[in-house]
Amino acid sequence: MDFLNAIVALLNFVIIPASAYGAQLALGALGVTLIYGILRFSNFAHGDTMAFGTAITILVTWGLQSLGVSISPLPTALLALPFGIAATAALVLGTDRAVYRFYRKKKSDPIILVMASVGVMFIMNGITRFVIGVRDIQFDDGVRFVINAREFRTATGLAEGLALRSTQVITLVTAVLVVWALFWFLGRTRTGKSMRAFSDNEDLALLSGINPERVVAVTWIIAAALATIAGTLFGLDKSFKAFNYFQLLLPIFAAAIVGGLGNPLGAIAGGFVISFSEVAVTFDFRKVVAYLVPGDWTPDGPIQLLSTEYKFAVSFAILIIVLLFRPTGIFRGKSS
Amino acid sequence: MTLNYRNIALFAGMALLLVLEGASAKNAVFSGSWDTSLGILNVGLISAVLALGVNIQWGYAGLFNAGVVGFVAIGGLAPVLVAMPANPGAFSAGGMGIVAAFAAAVATVWAAVLVNRRASFQVRLIAIPVILIGGFLVYRAFFGPASSAIEAVNTAAAGNLGGLGLPVVLAWPVGALFAAGAAWVVGKTALGLRSDYLAIATLGIGEIIVSVLRNEEWLARGVLNVNGIPRPWPVPREIDLQSSADFVARAASVGLDPVSASTLTVKLLYSALFLIVLLILIWLTQKALASPWGRMMRAIRDNETAAAAMGKHITRRHLQVFILGSAVCGLAGAMMITLDGQMTPGSYNPLRYTFLIWVMVIVGGSGNNWGSVLGAMLIWYLYTKAESWGPQLMAFVTSGMADGSVIKAHLMASAEQMRLLTMGLILLLVLRFSPRGLIPEK
Repeated sequence: MDFLNAIVALLNFVIIPASAYGAQLALGALGVTLIYGILRFSNFAHGDTMAFGTAITILVTWGLQSLGVSISPLPTALLALPFGIAATAALVLGTDRAVYRFYRKKKSDPIILVMASVGVMFIMNGITRFVIGVRDIQFDDGVRFVINAREFRTATGLAEGLALRSTQVITLVTAVLVVWALFWFLGRTRTGKSMRAFSDNEDLALLSGINPERVVAVTWIIAAALATIAGTLFGLDKSFKAFNYFQLLLPIFAAAIVGGLGNPLGAIAGGFVISFSEVAVTFDFRKVVAYLVPGDWTPDGPIQLLSTEYKFAVSFAILIIVLLFRPTGIFRGKSS
Repeated sequence: MTLNYRNIALFAGMALLLVLEGASAKNAVFSGSWDTSLGILNVGLISAVLALGVNIQWGYAGLFNAGVVGFVAIGGLAPVLVAMPANPGAFSAGGMGIVAAFAAAVATVWAAVLVNRRASFQVRLIAIPVILIGGFLVYRAFFGPASSAIEAVNTAAAGNLGGLGLPVVLAWPVGALFAAGAAWVVGKTALGLRSDYLAIATLGIGEIIVSVLRNEEWLARGVLNVNGIPRPWPVPREIDLQSSADFVARAASVGLDPVSASTLTVKLLYSALFLIVLLILIWLTQKALASPWGRMMRAIRDNETAAAAMGKHITRRHLQVFILGSAVCGLAGAMMITLDGQMTPGSYNPLRYTFLIWVMVIVGGSGNNWGSVLGAMLIWYLYTKAESWGPQLMAFVTSGMADGSVIKAHLMASAEQMRLLTMGLILLLVLRFSPRGLIPEK
């Protein structure tokens, strides 16, 4: 019984939250890695693109709610998502036209593009704050739990409760669908294949008549969709605050680099590596240990490697280790 | 800087803005207060030091540091550790434990590096994780009790290690050393790989240093803040000036009341102090830029392959220049805390301390030290003034709308958010249309 309790506690506090967070990071890292693969620079504005997409989704959600539209038990935000994606796609296509295209045509150093993306980050940050403000916003209006801790306890007779929030299930299901659709697109469609060709060898792709502007535009649209979905899922799961999305930048970059920049499969793996290490290192295992060892063996203090304030240090530490020992990432992305 | 009329005019224009800020009557553009003007000047001078640091990295070598805030913050730690009075009993309570913990950490990393260099692949695969995890546990065993012991000493007033009680000016080079140490760790790992990696790694170290300062109460009281950091030598306290009969009489003779005379005196003395530091730094950086070393750095920046072919060790030179630039940022961080007189880790915002500094360097003219100084003064002036200009502008724009309309209220409320947007716009416009900045490199 105690062993089952320990497993339930582990599921409840580590595995389920880390999976949901990992899926959100993976979607974010996919966007970063795609931009990197095609446009060859690290997009610092990605976190704020996520924030912008989420802000628009929230606004549309409010609009739908006031019209009385609801898809209960699912959150209304899912219905608003396509509008958020469309607005974000329009915004990033606009920035590409106004900002990045100039440097692309000039074949500027990648670091200049990074710098320009910092400017874009400022602007998107300002726009997001302008349209929705700086408050913490909860916009999840669906059913809260798929499995409720108290009901789980009464149903199974275990001391430990298992809570499965519906946003966590939605996150995982959506992420699986999105990743499946993305890989189908990249692997099976003509446009997807031309994108991969462009990423592998730009000159050869140009020589075979692939239109670079089209490839770039499609990449931005996909990145906008991924960013909006990731941002909305993160916001549903936790809450929406513009600054938190800026802070997500570090784990997302870490995930993309750990998996190998430019490698979509790696980005997904990287997302889960980062999220599981972050949650496991900052989780207090005392409860789990207490179930497994005889009563008087349980230590008094928390059994925790790092306090939760340092969760960003975990992604950084993993990033440093990967840079030291395998700079191309687990799945051998681009390194130069 | 070539001493031509254009550059002199630019600096004169900047000085004129500050003078008008102080001397003009209060109107929509200027506040008409010398206090505000000198306040802008002081932070502007520190920002100029910071911009010089970033310019050393970006302008000389093309390195993108996205974690300037971290180096500013770690430099700001120095005044606390050097100039504050010691917390009696704190060091004997946990000081040795902290030292032992850090010794364990250093030994662990050293052992891991040694094994990684010497051992075969199979040994490494097992030994390195074992060493790292074991070392971390030893570190925690020393660190946990020691830090809580220190936090228990005199918790209400201090609860931290306290400082050495030395003059605060000594803390400035110490702050530079702290930042240089952090830069060595980051540079050692992230340099020599592709250029984006340094940006991402510095973004990380920036956030981590700030979160360490926020959470480690034994070190600098975390979010409880450290107040009352001593003033540097020539700067008196306002209250002492006001109680000096001689000073009050002299203030009266120039027609000032004692309170504003004392604040102005203090601010002016700070300005003089910062100006001396800035001038020394400009002299040093200009000398460096004109020396063979500076020529080598430019050669590396402009064509790494050619420089490598001439026998220059690119990664090592990059590491050197990265450490130098970060040290200057740390110096600026220590100066900032000295000016504020308090350490507030909550105020280290990356947008303000990293990306705004970047805007200063780019606008001023990357690669040119005088350009960075001008850019810093100008952007800091605009950034400060935008706080009052934004709402006024918004009030003007919305003056046609009905009072109490939702749109007007929303626009007025978001006026202050427009500062960042404006800074981003300036960065993009300069980068695109005038990438060489106000005072170009050559």
